[in-house]
Amino acid sequence: MNSPETPRLTRDDVAHVANLARLTLTDDELDAFTGQLADVLDHAADLEALDLDGVAPMANPFPLVNVLRTDTPVDHDVRDEVLAAAPSIEDEQFRVPPVLGEAP
Amino acid sequence: MSASAAAIAADVRAGTRTARAVVEEHLAAIDAREDEIHAFNLVTADAALARADDLDRRIAAGEDPGPLAGVPVALKDNICTRGVPTTCSSRILDAWRPPYDATVVERLGAAGAVAIGKTNCDEFAMGSSTENSAFGPTRNPLDTSRVPGGSSGGSAAAVAAGFAPLALGSDTGGSIRQPAALCGTVGVKPTYGRVSRYGLVAFGSSLDQIGPLAASVTDAALVLEAIGGHDPRDSTSIPEPSPDLTGVLGGGVDGLRIGIIDELMGEGVEGIAADVKARVEEAAAALSAAGAAVEHVSVPSTVYGLSAYYLVAPAEASSNLARFDGVRFGLRVDADTAAAMNTATRTAGFGDEVKRRIMLGTYALSAGYYDAYYGKSQKVRTLIQEDFGRAYETYDLLLSPTAPTTAFPLGDKTGDPMLMYLNDVCTIPSNLAGHPSMSVPFGTGDDGLPIGVQVLAPALDEATMFRAAAVLEEAAP
Repeated sequence: MNSPETPRLTRDDVAHVANLARLTLTDDELDAFTGQLADVLDHAADLEALDLDGVAPMANPFPLVNVLRTDTPVDHDVRDEVLAAAPSIEDEQFRVPPVLGEAP
Repeated sequence: MSASAAAIAADVRAGTRTARAVVEEHLAAIDAREDEIHAFNLVTADAALARADDLDRRIAAGEDPGPLAGVPVALKDNICTRGVPTTCSSRILDAWRPPYDATVVERLGAAGAVAIGKTNCDEFAMGSSTENSAFGPTRNPLDTSRVPGGSSGGSAAAVAAGFAPLALGSDTGGSIRQPAALCGTVGVKPTYGRVSRYGLVAFGSSLDQIGPLAASVTDAALVLEAIGGHDPRDSTSIPEPSPDLTGVLGGGVDGLRIGIIDELMGEGVEGIAADVKARVEEAAAALSAAGAAVEHVSVPSTVYGLSAYYLVAPAEASSNLARFDGVRFGLRVDADTAAAMNTATRTAGFGDEVKRRIMLGTYALSAGYYDAYYGKSQKVRTLIQEDFGRAYETYDLLLSPTAPTTAFPLGDKTGDPMLMYLNDVCTIPSNLAGHPSMSVPFGTGDDGLPIGVQVLAPALDEATMFRAAAVLEEAAP
């Protein structure tokens, strides 16, 4: 999709999305991923030829409706199993490093 | 290959064979060849034997455990099993034990099946060769220098090697049908919403479906009957009962109208091998000989499926995989702050293909690009569904290749992700439209390896699809 409004993916773009996605890339990875992701977007340039004016976007194959079930309490009784699977817990809560540190 | 699931269940229910003997026989098959194939991330031998003994006791007491009594089933390792490690073939979930069973696991259990292990797959089901597993590739049992396909490559290999008569896979863009084709098994992607996704680790939530891999059409039908039907725990579950499939399998195709999709036969998409096209034409002739009216049809927008899919699926994946942050489960790599810990964990825990798709999806959803990429591909989904709708006004079923080629050598496509993605060109349109389709083995290619023919049907018409599949199975060379 190399129309004026969608320029080819750059190394800086990939560094930006890696940061958004909470991933660290080495310089070599950045080079490799930039080429590979650009290839996929280049292939997707075939969509440019389509006239999509007035076509509704589809988020799900079938019409979505709110699905409500009866509000019946259920005791799943898995608290210990869930906590046991966590990397670090304290007082039955998930423990994490300080949240208010400097941004990465 | 050992006895069919239908035959095993009949024997076990009749008491002429014990579930324990069945499970032992399959564990022996696994012992003999698993080192070479690597179909499994985990074989749950002790639990399977204990379960078999329990079934044998119940049968001795006069109970009927159900239509899959004593049948071993292999579960793709992205399907949650309570207390049993579920890794998605990723380091980030290494040794994670889910606190609940997926609905499909409960339903197979209720039908009498015996879970025998968790099968290898591409990490988080992202891939077409099972080479993206963090735990090493699976090899094709028919030629161990070749891939089994993917992402459900371990499930397809397990069935093809006789490790289990049945397996479950998941299919987001072809991940059941393509490995089924490459390993010479039957593989079914049901209608979106037909089978509950509760307990399936999410990849592309609007595309993912669980379905069976089996050595025969009848066995695949037995599994889909057992796992299908409404589940209140999945909000996208269709409120319909599971379809009757085994009852209609013998219905034939006399009077049906079937269209061969021109675009997927090479008149639109590239790379469809000549031997694959030849087998599809022969399959069409077999359906014609059985009384169907078969002709070629154009479904123009299927050509754009691959491009749309590789924007939609990564976008959904980037959102779904945000949950792997080192806080609640799986791997944690410690760091001074929570954000640095998230980043260190994800960087160490995800493999390259998962990182590629997360970044591609993040880009497609990011400010300034949303309309050009994600928004546009969602509109293409509508076009594809409308095009299929027009075709189904004339035809009951459609036909195409499942995969462009037979199984390719390991390492052949790992260096070029776009080349790997082209494997999915024939299977993706059904996922985008939400329609059912299945791969049925139909002869071999010039290299002697199996070729699969894909039968496509409109939403909820698995029954007609299975009738055609049964005819193809009977007619297959």
